[in-house]
Amino acid sequence: MKGVTPGGIDCDVHPAVPGMAALLPYLDDYWREQVVTRGIDGLGLASFPPGIAANGRADWRPPKGLPGGDLEMLRAQALGAFGTKAAICNPLYGVQALHNPHFATALARAMNDWMAAEWLDREPRLRASIVIAPQDPEQAVAEIDRRASDRRFVQVLLLAMGETLLGKRVHWPIYAAAERHGLPIGIHAGSTAHHATTGNGWPSYYIEDYAAQAQAFQAQLLSLVHEGVFVKYPGLTVVLIESGFTWLPGFMWRANKTWRGVRAEVPWVDRPPAELIRDHVRVTLQPTDAPPDAASLEKVIDQIGSDRMLLFSTDYPHWHFEGMKAFPAGFPAGLKQRVLVDNPLATYPRLKETLQ
Amino acid sequence: MARHVVATVTEIPPGARKLLTVAGREIGVFNIGGEYFALLNRCPHQGGALCKGPLVGLVTSREPGRFDYSRRGEMLKCPWHGWEYDVRTGQSWCDPDDVKVRLYKVSVEPGEAVARGPFVAETFAVSVEQDYIVVEV
Ligand code: FES
Repeated sequence: MKGVTPGGIDCDVHPAVPGMAALLPYLDDYWREQVVTRGIDGLGLASFPPGIAANGRADWRPPKGLPGGDLEMLRAQALGAFGTKAAICNPLYGVQALHNPHFATALARAMNDWMAAEWLDREPRLRASIVIAPQDPEQAVAEIDRRASDRRFVQVLLLAMGETLLGKRVHWPIYAAAERHGLPIGIHAGSTAHHATTGNGWPSYYIEDYAAQAQAFQAQLLSLVHEGVFVKYPGLTVVLIESGFTWLPGFMWRANKTWRGVRAEVPWVDRPPAELIRDHVRVTLQPTDAPPDAASLEKVIDQIGSDRMLLFSTDYPHWHFEGMKAFPAGFPAGLKQRVLVDNPLATYPRLKETLQ
Repeated sequence: MARHVVATVTEIPPGARKLLTVAGREIGVFNIGGEYFALLNRCPHQGGALCKGPLVGLVTSREPGRFDYSRRGEMLKCPWHGWEYDVRTGQSWCDPDDVKVRLYKVSVEPGEAVARGPFVAETFAVSVEQDYIVVEV
């Protein structure tokens, strides 16, 4: 196998839904008519405006249409050029942000059918996350159960900012279903914009909105740990996607320190939070918020305290690095193979079934 | 190491404590259901006056949302950052193997024995009718 990282597993690529028209064949008659008569031509998350450079690298943008919309380009650029053995598709289309839970459920289902037919059937190296509408947890579970028999779906996709914190019990049936089927929960950057994107209201600028995603991930980790999700579902793995990871050491120190003083409030958390995080949480490589000097990166990775947490990703077609440098400068050479292959295989039981 | 007479048993009833300085060390003596324990009044975390903290129960859990409460008044919570210590063992709840508060041997001796010695009892006029709490420091 050729490529710069041959045999690697890319845990985050983004095929784009070109527009509502592409999903029409996968909607039932009622919803097809609704979409057409109401003139709903497309959805998108405010977190990912397609015109922003970071959301489509110049040389990865097709001449026409959205970045990530072209299978041939994805094949050549995301798979072939890297020598990728398998890549996990995380389509972002705004389904999670709809206020109508029935429409969201219908669209989630359509997206998964579209993914299977238009991408997975045509490219055997691709895998995908199951899109669900967490607005209606019961229907979300039904969609997981329906999809789970297709082993090319390897994870369940949620957003970093939705209706409510992800540890809350309203989400637990989703975790039970994910655990039952051996599907990690992937939490991708992005907001439904049902709440402000910071803890103190709406920021003025995109840069604030973007950088504050890390805070949202921190809030979700605190919620998942302290509500007891990993105690209740010990087989559950959560993958943070596009979260960055260099904030983890300071965050885990803070979580541990606080837990020691107030742990009686959450006695089911009977180990330091960082231990639960190291056991249950995985993080994709890109974007890396790397320190200015390459030498410090190894130190930060060391401070995370586990070589099992990082999963290779290019985040294709998002723009976080130049050329083929998905591994940032200073990334420890000895860790690469683990991040490229071993960690993804250990994280996604369904990948292991077909790739080993 | 010497045996110091620190109190009469009636002075520290169950649930009570006495703070004192023995051989230059600040020590807290606790009565937990009729048993006595002596701990160094210095939290191994950052040196807080541990023995002045509240006595609380042991809280554990079998599953999220479930609170199993036991051993009322047998855990000492540091007034500085809230770390909990088992008064019986000195072990911290969060890191029992590595973070422990120093524990001293305590015994109850009848007045006659104390009067006979050898004990350090500078501050006490020992009477043979009473029982005394003795700490080894
Ligand atoms: S000094 Fe006791 S908990 Fe910090």
